[in-house]
Amino acid sequence: MSDREHLFSRKNLDLLKNPLGPSNPITVQVLGICSALAVTAQIKPAVVMSISVVIVTALANLIISLLRNTIPNRIRIIVQLVVIASLVILVDQVLKAFVYDVSKQLSVFVGLIITNCIIMGRLEAFALANKPWPSFLDGLGNGAGYGLILIIVAFFRELLGSGSVLGYNVVEKIGLDKIGYENNGLMVLSPMALITVGIIIWIHRSRDRSLIEDK
Amino acid sequence: MENVINIFVKSIFIENMVFAYFLGMCSYLAVSKSVKTATGLGIAVIFVLGITLPVNYLLENFVLQDGALAWLGPQFANVDLSFLSFIMFIAVIASMVQLVEMIVEKFAPTLYANLGIFLPLIAVNCAILGGSLFMQQKQFINIGEATVYGLGSGLGWFLAIIGIAAIREKIKYSNVPAPLRGLGIAFIITGLMGMAFMGFSGIKL
Repeated sequence: MSDREHLFSRKNLDLLKNPLGPSNPITVQVLGICSALAVTAQIKPAVVMSISVVIVTALANLIISLLRNTIPNRIRIIVQLVVIASLVILVDQVLKAFVYDVSKQLSVFVGLIITNCIIMGRLEAFALANKPWPSFLDGLGNGAGYGLILIIVAFFRELLGSGSVLGYNVVEKIGLDKIGYENNGLMVLSPMALITVGIIIWIHRSRDRSLIEDK
Repeated sequence: MENVINIFVKSIFIENMVFAYFLGMCSYLAVSKSVKTATGLGIAVIFVLGITLPVNYLLENFVLQDGALAWLGPQFANVDLSFLSFIMFIAVIASMVQLVEMIVEKFAPTLYANLGIFLPLIAVNCAILGGSLFMQQKQFINIGEATVYGLGSGLGWFLAIIGIAAIREKIKYSNVPAPLRGLGIAFIITGLMGMAFMGFSGIKL
């Protein structure tokens, strides 16, 4: 029986790996952009946000998958929301207790993980129809795929916008500011987050041409 | 009164849900392929934001906030339920959406036919929950301000989605580089629109 399948069989590893590339939740599935972009002006909040989302997606997938046979179809959205909201409350309380300054910076966006479409999308598309272990891996993978884009965007925005990486001022250290280099203040503002993601999509799709949309 | 108008204008243009906070981006990108469906979704969002914000405002001020339960009696004066706000807000939103759906179906069948599929989707639109969470943060002094804030942010979202839908309808005829087609160009256009909206910042009435 396939139940006895190895925990890290090729199929399961694919669940983990695919969201990082060919089925990335942000650039390909267009999920979870809502809370993604506002936290990417600096790397630190982006990393915290990514970790939170990975945890919530993986656990929500696991719980819903365990419950999948007992949830009546008509009220599944409410059940899913309650599970997600409870997990997000836990994450929020942990953040407030241990990294208060980052939690302040993220402000409402921790709460908005609840309506992050990645989580609902994966629950609907995967956890409701699959066993707990693959669902857990799928959640982990999708959370990580989301986090990857978040951190890439945050890296460029912080580097070009404030001239630093994780708060370490690179531009001043190299001495670029002495020869007339100026940080691009626009990168810190919200529109540039969108354009950065647009460019990431552009690069991603020109490398993997099967993802190009039809006219 | 001035204050109310100020909140209204600010929530539409300066603190626009889409351009300043990226809220509701998922449905914004998914449903903006034609102006007609975008209009339907936009109206539904205004509707639901205008209803859920006052309800959540009452909930926040009479149940959830630190000391908000004092009206029940002095022994409740120290109760702080604010950690429950996420789950309460989302429950209110989900049930209000359901309620609105039933009311609209009963009394305005044509509107229902137009909004139909979009109404249930709205329960998980980040803009709605975002509106409530911002309301919690901004600490409005009365329910009127909260309602105006809700309607204003809804209108801002509506303007944004109509704008992008119109542009995407036109852009079908232009020669976009293949890897940018569809999603990529939509992101970049939204960024450019956001820059235009940044011109409003600093306006005060």
